Amino acid sequence: MRILVVEDDKDVAGFVVKGLREAGHTVEHADNGRDGLFMAASENFDAIILDRMLPGGIDGLRLLETLRAQDNATPVMFLSALGQVDDRVKGLKAGGDDYLTKPFAFAELLARVEAMSRRGEGEGPTTRLGVGDLEMDLLSRGVKRAGQKIDLQPREFRLLEYLMRHAGQVVTRTMLLEGVWDYHFDPQTNVIDVHISRLRQKIDKPFEAPLLHTVRNAGYMLRVEEP
Amino acid sequence: MSSSAPDQPETTTSAIRPVRWRRLLRSAGVRFAVLYALVFGVSTILLAASLRYSTIGLLDRQTHEAIRTDARGLAAHFKTGGLSALVLTLDGRINEDINENAIYLLVDPLGNRIAGNLSRWPQGIDTPQVWYQVPVERSGKRSHALMRFYDLPGGFQLLVGRDVSARTQLRRLLRDGLIWALAAMVLLGALGALIIRGLFKRALADISATTRAIARGDLTQRVRRSGHGDEFDELAETINDMLDRITKLMNGVREVSNAIAHDLRTPITRARARLEDAASHARTEEELRGAVDRATGELDGVVKVFQALLRIAEIEAGARRSAFANIDLTLVLEDLAEFFEAVAEERHIAIDTRWPPDLPMVGDRDMLQQAVANLLENAIKFSPPDHRVAISARMDAADIEIEIADEGPGIPEADRPRATERFYRGELARSTPGTGLGLALVAAIAQLHGGVLRLEDNAPGLRAVLVLPRRALNPEATLRIKLWAQTVRKAETQSGADAQRGA
Repeated sequence: MRILVVEDDKDVAGFVVKGLREAGHTVEHADNGRDGLFMAASENFDAIILDRMLPGGIDGLRLLETLRAQDNATPVMFLSALGQVDDRVKGLKAGGDDYLTKPFAFAELLARVEAMSRRGEGEGPTTRLGVGDLEMDLLSRGVKRAGQKIDLQPREFRLLEYLMRHAGQVVTRTMLLEGVWDYHFDPQTNVIDVHISRLRQKIDKPFEAPLLHTVRNAGYMLRVEEP
Repeated sequence: MSSSAPDQPETTTSAIRPVRWRRLLRSAGVRFAVLYALVFGVSTILLAASLRYSTIGLLDRQTHEAIRTDARGLAAHFKTGGLSALVLTLDGRINEDINENAIYLLVDPLGNRIAGNLSRWPQGIDTPQVWYQVPVERSGKRSHALMRFYDLPGGFQLLVGRDVSARTQLRRLLRDGLIWALAAMVLLGALGALIIRGLFKRALADISATTRAIARGDLTQRVRRSGHGDEFDELAETINDMLDRITKLMNGVREVSNAIAHDLRTPITRARARLEDAASHARTEEELRGAVDRATGELDGVVKVFQALLRIAEIEAGARRSAFANIDLTLVLEDLAEFFEAVAEERHIAIDTRWPPDLPMVGDRDMLQQAVANLLENAIKFSPPDHRVAISARMDAADIEIEIADEGPGIPEADRPRATERFYRGELARSTPGTGLGLALVAAIAQLHGGVLRLEDNAPGLRAVLVLPRRALNPEATLRIKLWAQTVRKAETQSGADAQRGA
């Protein structure tokens, strides 16, 4: 993916750019709002990571609003120290697709950027999802693996659906909390892990090759293990 | 002696005098007294004016009427009986006049006196049918008279008047009285001003002394009450209430900063120690990586505490009132019970649920979710295995009560009031992971909704009862939230400025 990082703090920008390059993406960097807007408007990016407070007379919100006014629909993720609910709402209302608060874990940032930029593709009326021999029919709400029917509770179904929609990507615990349960708080206990392990019992345990993988220090990923 | 020295005393005295006057006028007591004297004076003047109008004015009008009637009668006599009849009538009238205040003078066309009790034509009277008030001399006596003259056929002129010296005297008396009254009023007003000022000063002295002491930092002072139960007592009470609240807030801020210093410094110190130790002692990359990972974990904990603190501050500031909407708490409870059931089951804890089919209320769904989640998480965390956690809810016309009860160690009665303070952790909780902010957050959320968090004994265990009004917010809560928000904001700008200075 081609990603634009608009961030004025040298250390944070360096960390993000380096990490994204290591993850195999092409990254451009702007350290002020004006350059950022110029690059975002004149070139094609698959995703933009945008700081809210920027030097150069144009802050993140203005930049995004200007971009959206030009019918530019590039997915944008805010990366900001302004973490209050009102700030997040403002950012999303201005046309942001996701909002990550500093300080952040790089794994979270990477997972969110990848999920966000993938969201646009094939968001059409999908009725079937499939990963390897695991199949999900969204209409009849049935799940099968290797032709064998698997019974899931409604919430387990939604959890699996979310994982399948983001198959091949890292999905963090926070993303699951927000995406599956619509919870915006941070549970102290390992609730998500417990739910995942229950799901794993049902979809992986009876079968030979596991599909649901734990990614250390980051989250989970649903994918077919390469031989 | 320097050249400027002789000027000095003069300039100071001349500078002080107007300042002193201005200060006197700035006194509310003096202002009230002056206002009082002004109102009093205006009403006195109005009263005097009306008195004057109704006495002297009436007398004047009566005199005018008498003179006019008199003149009409005399003119009629002249018309019917000629000059001789008029002279006769005049003499008769003069003789009949008991009070001796009627004045007549009839002159021929050459100005010679024909009849009347005035020796000569008074000076300055030259226009007929006009009222004149002039000094006259009558039989050696000087007095004032009101008069007018009429032209009679044949060039004769008749002057008719009345002696008004008595009235002039009355007028002078009234004027003098008024001046005296005014003088007395000014004096009384000034005296009143001083007395009122003294009263004000005495009543307010304690308040200003107390507030000044508070401003200097002595928060133990309180305004004394006089015990009259008057407005000043009311003011004193309000101020004392405010001071109590400020003291409580100040203590809260102090405790929180102490707790922050402790709870944040510890993990930061640990992280720092780990990194430093790893930098100088790690022999393999594996060891180094492990140390860095653990340090990152510690820092994540610090971030968590920060976020919880900010969230409490945000909630207490009432910033999220805008997100209030109609919600059904049943759905919130159902979701959360299901969400945590997996964890509970893993620890062999059963969750009992009992609530009515719907619990409609006005509130912020996200925050109520978090509040219930915190209580539920606590209950599960402190429950021993093979015990149960009970979630139940009740509703009446005004409130919804959510009760979460566990069978764990509970909180000793003495500690319960402090349990909702930031960073407070019971003896038993110290060894379990957590920030000590969970219950504080729940209490803040309850307060924002105008409700309250009650902690009770479940014998054994803890029963947390979240009482939420279904509708309108408690105005007192809003005020308290506002006060608290101001404190937090001030503390934030302060720490922000400190941080900038530090950088």
